[in-house]
Amino acid sequence: MGGLPLATTQTADWLVFVVASVIVLAGGLGVVLSRNPVHAALFLVQTLFGVAVLFVAQQAHFLAAVQVIVYAGAIVVLFLFVIMLLGVDSEEHLRHEPLRGQRPTAVLIGLIGLAEIIGLARTHWVTGVHAVGGAADGPGANVEKLGRSLFSTYLLAFEVTSALLVIAVVGAVVLTRRPLLDGSDLSATVDDGTAGDGTAGDGSAGDGTGGDGTAVSGRTS
Amino acid sequence: MSVPAPWFLTVAAVLFTIGAVGLLVRRNVLVMFMCVELMLNAVNLTFVTFARALNDTGGQSLVFFVMVVAAAEVVVGLGIIVTIFRRRPSSTADDLHALRG
Repeated sequence: MGGLPLATTQTADWLVFVVASVIVLAGGLGVVLSRNPVHAALFLVQTLFGVAVLFVAQQAHFLAAVQVIVYAGAIVVLFLFVIMLLGVDSEEHLRHEPLRGQRPTAVLIGLIGLAEIIGLARTHWVTGVHAVGGAADGPGANVEKLGRSLFSTYLLAFEVTSALLVIAVVGAVVLTRRPLLDGSDLSATVDDGTAGDGTAGDGSAGDGTGGDGTAVSGRTS
Repeated sequence: MSVPAPWFLTVAAVLFTIGAVGLLVRRNVLVMFMCVELMLNAVNLTFVTFARALNDTGGQSLVFFVMVVAAAEVVVGLGIIVTIFRRRPSSTADDLHALRG
């Protein structure tokens, strides 16, 4: 024990852990403390990358890749889309406190929870009880072992996941659909749309009338 | 693999606390949603840490499912937020008392 390569590896592990943890926690504080929602989303990206590094440090290579691709690549982009759609100038006044004493109370509650977690877990961090998945080390890649576990032990949950995704897509479409107006407005909108399509000779004019029609109907609704 | 598991778990607990406090403090609905993502990531980190400490891929499989559920939750939640903002622009969580009895 204690040869030079081992010591060097341990130092590198600790270095990676400390740097990634600082990145994660700084990003989390940035999300909470930044006034502009765009800045908050960028700090969220920082946190997600730091968590991905911590995943790699614990031999969860596939999950680190998924973390970067799905979280930082899809979810945060979705957040940014919505922020841009709703307007970026909605900065929050962090100085003004709408509810007196809420922030100290929130911080106090958070610190009490943290103290509870650490205080309760300090004696038994890991109990040693094993679950039903396969061994994480040994020969073979991380992706192979994870896939074997997903498609054998957790096959039913995996299939239910696909149903969940379909339901989420349908729910998003239903939620963000423009509300149906009464019959006359609906037929007017449809007429506008067909007129815009009919005068496809100059597309700009058709687009203009279509935009006006939707704007008017939206105002009257 | 030399960093012991409690260090990772402590970082995850602190990140979870930051997300929870942010959820309680912030008024912007989008930022509150991001704080929920922070809490989900903290739990994911806990799962991966236990998967390593117990030498078991079950924790990593669970993180996979958490990510799927988080993606679905973000899609539906942002749909709700877009619908709310379309109805009343520049609203914060304080203005959303339509369900008040």
